[in-house]
Amino acid sequence: MVEGDHTFGSVSDKIGDLTLKKRTPFHWFIGFGIAFMVAQLLMMTILWLVTKGIGIWGTNQPVGWAFPIINFVWWIGIGHAGTLISAILLLLNQKWRTSINRFAEAMTLFAVACAGLYPVFHTGRPWLAYWLFPYPNTMGIWPQFRSPLMWDVFAVSTYATVSALFWYIGLIPDLATLRDRAKSKFFKFIYAILSWGWRGSARHWHRYEIAYLILAGISTPLVLSVHSIVSFDFSISQIPGWHTTFFPPYFVAGAIYAGFAMVLLLAIPLRHLYNMKDFITKTHLILMGKVMLATGLIVFYAYIMEFFFGWYSGSEYEWFMIKNRIWDGPYWFFYWCLIFCNGISIQFLWFKRFRESEFWLFVISIVVSIGMWLERFVIIVTSLQRDFLPSSWAMYSPTMFDWSMFIGTLGFFFTLIFLFVRFVPVISIFEVRTLLPDANVHGHHQDFEENVNEVEYTYDQTDPPNS
Amino acid sequence: MGNNLYGILAEFDTPTQLVDAARRVRDAGYTMTDAFSPFPLHEIDEALGIKRSVLPYLIFAGGITGLLSGIGLEYFVHVIDWPIIVGGRPHFSLPAFVPPAFEMTILFAAFTAVFGMLFLNGLPAPYHPVFNVPRFALATREKFFLVIESADPLYDYEETRRFMETLDAQEVFDVEE
Repeated sequence: MVEGDHTFGSVSDKIGDLTLKKRTPFHWFIGFGIAFMVAQLLMMTILWLVTKGIGIWGTNQPVGWAFPIINFVWWIGIGHAGTLISAILLLLNQKWRTSINRFAEAMTLFAVACAGLYPVFHTGRPWLAYWLFPYPNTMGIWPQFRSPLMWDVFAVSTYATVSALFWYIGLIPDLATLRDRAKSKFFKFIYAILSWGWRGSARHWHRYEIAYLILAGISTPLVLSVHSIVSFDFSISQIPGWHTTFFPPYFVAGAIYAGFAMVLLLAIPLRHLYNMKDFITKTHLILMGKVMLATGLIVFYAYIMEFFFGWYSGSEYEWFMIKNRIWDGPYWFFYWCLIFCNGISIQFLWFKRFRESEFWLFVISIVVSIGMWLERFVIIVTSLQRDFLPSSWAMYSPTMFDWSMFIGTLGFFFTLIFLFVRFVPVISIFEVRTLLPDANVHGHHQDFEENVNEVEYTYDQTDPPNS
Repeated sequence: MGNNLYGILAEFDTPTQLVDAARRVRDAGYTMTDAFSPFPLHEIDEALGIKRSVLPYLIFAGGITGLLSGIGLEYFVHVIDWPIIVGGRPHFSLPAFVPPAFEMTILFAAFTAVFGMLFLNGLPAPYHPVFNVPRFALATREKFFLVIESADPLYDYEETRRFMETLDAQEVFDVEE
């Protein structure tokens, strides 16, 4: 999993020095500059939005849930791959996660931050967004816990918090490494504060690994629950095209699919620009390509089943929705774009030639990201624009401000990614150390679960706090 | 010498040497010991005789607290404080109350895991005597360390230091308080 001739020291320096060195590479300024300028679109849109109200968006009856929720679901889905890599692959003992988990988790945090903007601003009065939380207030009212939108508030805020904790706990030992290596007094002080005085004690590591493993264990049902609850926003309603029981697995697979595409889009430039090919190897890219193929096939299966259910339900509204979505309605073109992007493009990944080529992986990842956006567009717009009452049918088209907000969040996301790459170790240093052959005690491999189990049957007593 | 020392620290090059040394230290009867490594080492727990942490039980308790708070909040809001009928559902609509209660369970368990770990580890601890040894900066980079504290009942400066020197260590340091 680690290529090249590395020792504990060389691994620490190679990754740590990206953060510690004084000179910032020129390409960083270019990338950050572009991302930051694009992020200004978001600032501008929000300014205008708060001034004028959400009427500046194209969102209107009957499509009362358009771009904001499309983008919300798209962003939050992208975040899911980060948690999958850090938690689920840890539990499955997949060692290749180690060199990609740090930036995949960062991607999760930033994607959730982008996602969160949409529902908050869609409320129309974002300064009252705290009304979403249950707190005793002078109005004497409470949120409605039977509503999926309330579940969403709990799911997304928990997800954001737990992802941040998981990311931070993983950073503590690496921040201690930076503290001990930093030459500047100022950065030494900052890293000392952020690493909580971590000193690598065996007792600390023991509790640290327990905490890390249990966090992974509880993040796994969490990540599955988050996108399931996001899909409940649709499936609990009675709109044809939304009211289906298979939405949760369909959405979760789609989320992981889109997320892996984004991880690849970040990993490929990262390994070239920062010369991280020893840690993010070809094997990593190929494995991510395979995960994309697998989840993509699940999503494609869901499209086929969606069609089948529409016909098999025998409900005229369901069947009308399918016809309207696929060939009879005004948005049929987007449906077929979606099938091309999500269903056809990934079939190339069956072949070694495409799976092992960074160029093709990159291109397919872009196509899949567009496809997953189209998927949400098709599900949301084609279901709403022609519902039960023909008199209320209407077309939907986004305005300039819908686009500027969406493109603006892309800029915001990449701004955060560039800052992350500059100021935080992009690869988990201490976990990469465990992958080196030198890390084996008496030729015995180090891994997470084994530790906890071993300790379990060796000792049944527990220790007092603060020992 | 040896009066206000925190303990004696030995430096090792490889994890195998550290684990072997830790075993010998434990077999010699020392109990106030600790090891330091740049990444988690699983053999060291058994070699040093580290007891299993209470942390998992705390996290479980945290999760249960979250679950009960979630259900309790929903019960209070929809049954006691503001009962309204929505869509003919009972006031206590358990299936609809599962998602928020589940999320609260995870949230509380996660907080307990992270802050419980830091609390049990006695962190934050910006100062610790071992930091007084300049070479110790390598503990977060590539070297492995073992310390016997002066508070150990078997501790005797001369003898302990001589014993530490027989452990194949790279170097042995006095750690000042």
